[in-house]
Amino acid sequence: MFGYYLDLALRSLKRNRVLTALMVLAIALGIGTSMTTLTVMHVLSGDPIPQKSAQLFRVRMDVSPDDHFRQGDKVPDNLTRRDAEALLRDGKADHQAAMSAGAMVVVSAQGEPLRVATRYTGADFFPMFDVPMRYGQAWRPEDDAARARVAVISGDLNEQLFGGKDSVGKTLQVGGQSLRIVGVLGDWAMNPRFYDLSNGQFGNSEQVFLPLSTALDLKLSTSGSLTCWGSAPDSRAPEAPCIWLQYWAELDTPAKAAAYRQYLQNYIALQQQGGRFSHPGLAEELDVMQWLDAKGVVPSDVRLQTWLALGFLGICLLNTVGLLLAKFLRRSGEIGVRRALGASRRAIFLQCLVEAGVVGLAGGVLGLALAALGLVLVRHQPTDYAAYIHMDLSMLLLTFALALASSLLAGLLPAWRAMQVAPAVALKSN
Amino acid sequence: MKLHPMIAALRKHKAGVVLIALQIALTLAIVCNAIFIIGQRIDRVNRPTGLDEGNLFLATQQWVGAPSADTPDGVARLDAMLKEDLAALRNLPGVASVAPINSVPLLNSSWNGSVSTKPDRKFSDKGDNVRTTYYFSDENVLPVLGLRLVAGRNFTAADVQHQGFRDNPPRPIVILTKDLADKLYPKGDAVGKAVYIDGSGSPSTIIGVVARLQVPGSGTWTNNFAWNSTLVPTRLNANFSRYAVRTKPGQLDAVMRTVAPTLYKVNPLRVLDDDSVKSFGDIRAKAYRADVGMAILMGVICLVLLSVTAAGIVGLTSFWVGQRHRQIGVRRALGARKVDILHYFQLENLLIAGSGALIGIGMAVGLNLALMRYYEMDRLPVLYTLIGVIAVLVLGQCAVFVPARRASNVPPVTATRAV
Repeated sequence: MFGYYLDLALRSLKRNRVLTALMVLAIALGIGTSMTTLTVMHVLSGDPIPQKSAQLFRVRMDVSPDDHFRQGDKVPDNLTRRDAEALLRDGKADHQAAMSAGAMVVVSAQGEPLRVATRYTGADFFPMFDVPMRYGQAWRPEDDAARARVAVISGDLNEQLFGGKDSVGKTLQVGGQSLRIVGVLGDWAMNPRFYDLSNGQFGNSEQVFLPLSTALDLKLSTSGSLTCWGSAPDSRAPEAPCIWLQYWAELDTPAKAAAYRQYLQNYIALQQQGGRFSHPGLAEELDVMQWLDAKGVVPSDVRLQTWLALGFLGICLLNTVGLLLAKFLRRSGEIGVRRALGASRRAIFLQCLVEAGVVGLAGGVLGLALAALGLVLVRHQPTDYAAYIHMDLSMLLLTFALALASSLLAGLLPAWRAMQVAPAVALKSN
Repeated sequence: MKLHPMIAALRKHKAGVVLIALQIALTLAIVCNAIFIIGQRIDRVNRPTGLDEGNLFLATQQWVGAPSADTPDGVARLDAMLKEDLAALRNLPGVASVAPINSVPLLNSSWNGSVSTKPDRKFSDKGDNVRTTYYFSDENVLPVLGLRLVAGRNFTAADVQHQGFRDNPPRPIVILTKDLADKLYPKGDAVGKAVYIDGSGSPSTIIGVVARLQVPGSGTWTNNFAWNSTLVPTRLNANFSRYAVRTKPGQLDAVMRTVAPTLYKVNPLRVLDDDSVKSFGDIRAKAYRADVGMAILMGVICLVLLSVTAAGIVGLTSFWVGQRHRQIGVRRALGARKVDILHYFQLENLLIAGSGALIGIGMAVGLNLALMRYYEMDRLPVLYTLIGVIAVLVLGQCAVFVPARRASNVPPVTATRAV
């Protein structure tokens, strides 16, 4: 029966090419724009580290002195060096690291200076974020304590400086100091770069990683947000009243997460007892997805575009409903004959829906092409996420599901009306 | 022409009428808001920075193996290197003037703080502090950026200090923008008065007021202090430096090309990459690319939306014309002129589009309220709604014209022909 309906649908669609083309085009435009914006949303709101995102927590707290505390202010994202070092010393989490971004200039084998992005962090960074190593390994916790002159470099930098060969044991010249390379990263890029959203939310990983203690010892320059409560001769000093360090902790079970929350509260209470401040001093830990949400990684323009595109799809559907209605009712005579010859209402209804579905599928195919075009345009936009916008299998399936569902939805009312055609009246008026 | 028979006829195809009206209403709602968003973005992009933007470029460079800015000796050596660069740039043919500067408007790299008319204000005293952005430069900053002094005087060479990037010395004098000066001293007598920077206890005297100078941040977060800039006569010494350069008219490209070789000749131990020398035009284009992109996207969506709606009207009206073929023939046979038939369909469309537009106004306001709640949007002005209403009515009339004319060409003889 389905084959017969399909045949009828194709014949009917062929009979009125302009109207058919109009319907297919309307659905395709709606699907194309919706899928373009939904794909951007899908990529931007994706989980960068799905295997662990519920176990990794960004720790933040408000330890500002009372005269800088304002009720209702957001909890600052970063910690002071004093608090970060205290939390690291206690080491209550399965893994934990304080970190900051930086930049430095290294000299290549050809003697050319190269500006590279760096990350100053702890040994736990690598196991915590599942960072793969191509050669060698990460530095050990002892190196953090000893302010060892060691570094881990990215695969890209290894390619640039050492032609991709195993460079473990070689040295990196940094401002008159030399760092011993202990490891080379495999392919590793987190997008969005959740561990530090303040220095470009999308992009490659840093090129050089070295212990935070070493970077502080060498007075290497840091970059990123820095807020101080009063003047400090050196904002990176151990007791400086400045917040600038990002802090991540890995807590493998919910029980550990709850215990850690309690630990943070105790820590705040201790600070209050010590007379550091008297306000509530909020401390909280956010897992990766909560953190991305709090930082608004999906730009509001993209959300707005998505809503607009869905509204647009709605209008295209209304349009299709109108056109299908016109088309089906124009065939009242034909429907009347079929009804008179014994076709049930259900059969007419199904026949009309099959026709709507064919229009939807054709619209979906064309819409997919339009979405691909739309994504090419998005990739040419000057945004840092542009390069990462691709349609994956789930979005591809969603395209067809959306096209089929929306065309069937659009076909419901017209099919219902068509099935109500009274055979006697239709035949007589002919 | 009487409306009564027309309305009676429309009641026969309720579903089709409701669909078209609804489609027109939704189109109106989206188009009004989209045009409003376009208008807002265009306004943002067109706001003047206060600079004379032609013949201006910015060079940023980083020294390799530079002395540390944390020691007095290092700061002195960095300042000497900075002065060498300034002298070399100033001597280039085609250069009108040069100033060291930490940032320029729209660069999105800024040093923000707050100023107060009272000393030792705490950060938590919200009312007394006015947010501002600091520009650190020297006595050449006004001519280089093309700022217009409206009161007081410019800095002189003797006013200019220098400091390490992270130091925080007292700042005896400053120049403010008129917006900022008026916020601090609403009577307009700011020159000669004192301000206190970042809750400091030592006063900074306002020696001059410039007409306008935008802050470097171009995001919406700077909207409430976009014109509150403070100029400080200080050269910042760090392992990197920025130079704003004004060239003689028409020599911008030529001078920009010579900057990298000139600076390398002064001192080869530095990094200048492709992005280091940027004309102000490029900085502006980069800052507003997202806004321009959004405006274009909205424009395209509006156009496609209007076309889809127009196509829908054409399709449905054509169907109705086909359906009423005989009825039209009868009217013609009874003496209706061609133009009467044309007008009938035009008026019918006006009726449907008009009721759609009425619903659409409500939807547009509703959509606007939702956008205001969840996104940074302002209230939709009545003008935009009116433009939207006129647009959909005109669209309806244009779309209905072809099928209506086809209807008017139905010959009266159709009435007598058996079907």
